[in-house]
Amino acid sequence: MAAIAIRLEGIEKRFGDTEAVAGIDIEIAEGEFFSLLGPSGCGKTTLLRMLAGFESPSAGRVLIGGADVTDVPPYERPVNMMFQSYALFPHMSVADNVAFGLKQDGVPRPEIRERVAAALDLVQMGDFAGRRPHQLSGGQRQRVALARSLVKRPKVLLLDEPLSALDKKLREQTQFELVNIQEKVGVTFVMVTHDQEEAMTMSTRIAVMDKGRVLQVGTPHEIYEYPANRVVADFIGIANFFDGRVAAGADGVLEIRVPGIEAPLAVAGTAEIGGMVTVMVRPEKIAMSRDDGTAPPGALTGRVVEIAYLGDVSIYHVRLPSGAVAMVTAANLRHSSEPAITWDDAVALTWHPGNAVVLR
Amino acid sequence: MRVGGWRGGVGRALVLAVPYAWLVLFFLVPLLIVGKISLSEMRAGVPPYEPILDFADGALVGVRATLENFALLFEDDLYVGAYFQSVGIALVSTLLCLLIGYPMALGIARARPDRRGPLLLLIILPFWTSFLIRVYAWMGILKDEGLLNGALLWAGVISEPLVILNTDAAVYIGIVYSYLPFMVLPLYATLEKLDPSLLEAAADLGARPWRAFLSVTLPLSLPGVVAGSMLVFVPAVGEYVIPDLLGGGDTQMLGKALWDVFAFSRDWPTAAALAVSMLAALALPIAVFNRLQARLEPEEK
Ligand SMILES: Nc1ncnc2c1ncn2[C@@H]1O[C@H](COP(=O)(O)OP(=O)(O)OP(=O)(O)O)[C@@H](O)[C@H]1O
Ligand SMILES: [Mg+2]
Repeated sequence: MAAIAIRLEGIEKRFGDTEAVAGIDIEIAEGEFFSLLGPSGCGKTTLLRMLAGFESPSAGRVLIGGADVTDVPPYERPVNMMFQSYALFPHMSVADNVAFGLKQDGVPRPEIRERVAAALDLVQMGDFAGRRPHQLSGGQRQRVALARSLVKRPKVLLLDEPLSALDKKLREQTQFELVNIQEKVGVTFVMVTHDQEEAMTMSTRIAVMDKGRVLQVGTPHEIYEYPANRVVADFIGIANFFDGRVAAGADGVLEIRVPGIEAPLAVAGTAEIGGMVTVMVRPEKIAMSRDDGTAPPGALTGRVVEIAYLGDVSIYHVRLPSGAVAMVTAANLRHSSEPAITWDDAVALTWHPGNAVVLR
Repeated sequence: MRVGGWRGGVGRALVLAVPYAWLVLFFLVPLLIVGKISLSEMRAGVPPYEPILDFADGALVGVRATLENFALLFEDDLYVGAYFQSVGIALVSTLLCLLIGYPMALGIARARPDRRGPLLLLIILPFWTSFLIRVYAWMGILKDEGLLNGALLWAGVISEPLVILNTDAAVYIGIVYSYLPFMVLPLYATLEKLDPSLLEAAADLGARPWRAFLSVTLPLSLPGVVAGSMLVFVPAVGEYVIPDLLGGGDTQMLGKALWDVFAFSRDWPTAAALAVSMLAALALPIAVFNRLQARLEPEEK
């Protein structure tokens, strides 16, 4: 494992009576692209601002590169931030904006010129050096802000929803560019986002937050396939939940009895017999076939009540006898407008025990 | 749509016409009258100047306009001196207002939002008392046996009363006191609009608070500085009451000189010429100010 770039120890922040974040313990390795993901108001920005030094934690310590910076003011921290609103200086040209940080450090003029040019080339804004921020488009401003925060070669770059001001197309394109740039400069990135897709595509690891707490830290794969709890599973992608009691367990496969469902559900995992658990299955892990009596024993049966056509896939809402609705995605492999399975069809749902997860 | 547009056009024209009519009636017309008087000759009588246009039997027979009054202004050191002294006093007062007003405006703009209202109220509180009364109050404070000297003598800071009243110092105190709100308010308006994340960005990039102020806050507040300076400088040049009540015999400002010529010498044409020249001489610094502001504005967007 690479050296530790950032370490948060027992971080807590209160604004008056409101507790913005609490009990935060995170370690971020050098060179990581780390995302803070969570719904609005969960404390992402607050956490990032404590890393930058704009807020001081009510309790806990912030370590950057092994040094305790809890009480170090922002202008002495080896981190730079890319602001959500970009915060470009409106009275300075693009080049002067980028040069600002280097001037504060007393870097000699010829070197400033070189590094500014290199930073602007990195974000493909070399031709705009003489413009003022108000003469740029949103996407161009965002690039300048990135160049400005990278030019000082910080240990860590903090990004607060860097892409939220861009339209969808530009956002997707910029996501890849940002990852490429990160790989090129090798700086540790810590990004705040409330867009799970964005976090999944860009990050090496994600911290999922809710109500000021970190619920799970893991790779996108871990967080999607093995969510730590129901909130995480619900926040990332679509999930089907079945609450039930563990009826039997052998060879790492549990049988779970769910009220209202005849056959027990088979799930890989271990749990105490007789305990209450939640089974989580992602919709694309479920195989769906017409219920013509040939379905294997133990399959869930139900009726299609809704189909959401998304182009590449369709999401089928299947009402189970218990009244619950299960969601199943199926790839639209054929060109035909006639789906193989349609409204009101009786269907059977099956999945491999290894593709379901037991949540406690 | 078209009907609405037409109505909108008429409405807009009306809204604009009223202030324009007001300005024409009460500003342009009097100005033209003053301009006319400044070109006529003095005489003893009512009105105390000769008509410019000679009419005989309803027909124009001659025009008697003279620039002598203006020539007189430049021959007399008194007026030229008064002009320079007025501009000098106004410049220094503006600078003092800026030095005192900027920290005040910044302090209010950075105060907690719920405290800004009361603080602004304190700035405009003096307006609830007549300007004249407040200047008289300063006479009571500054005179030899006034409140200030009394307090300083009592505290043992001085052993002799300071002579402040009827000096230039008293004029500066009066002008800075009276015009300070006109500096603070526009400054506050620009500083309050300033995006706080810009200062955070500066700090993030390594600028200490003082450097951040010089490179971000100050340049971005220049429109407020220019507006405030205009609001102080222009009326201060023509100030009459303050130099008259607080100033000494050697404080000759244009406003006072004008009043002396008009009221005591009853030389209306010279007074009018002085007024016209003052306007012309002030137009120059105002034009410079305006150019400066126009240059600063587009960057705001
Ligand atoms: N300066 C402040 N004073 C008081 N409360 C604050 C302050 N800043 C943040 N909070 C509160 O702390 C909580 C977390 O806010 P934060 O801005 O960190 O959320 P966020 O996760 O960034 O949300 P969003 O996705 O909407 O930006 C919120 O409840 C917010 O109201
Ligand atoms: Mg936020």
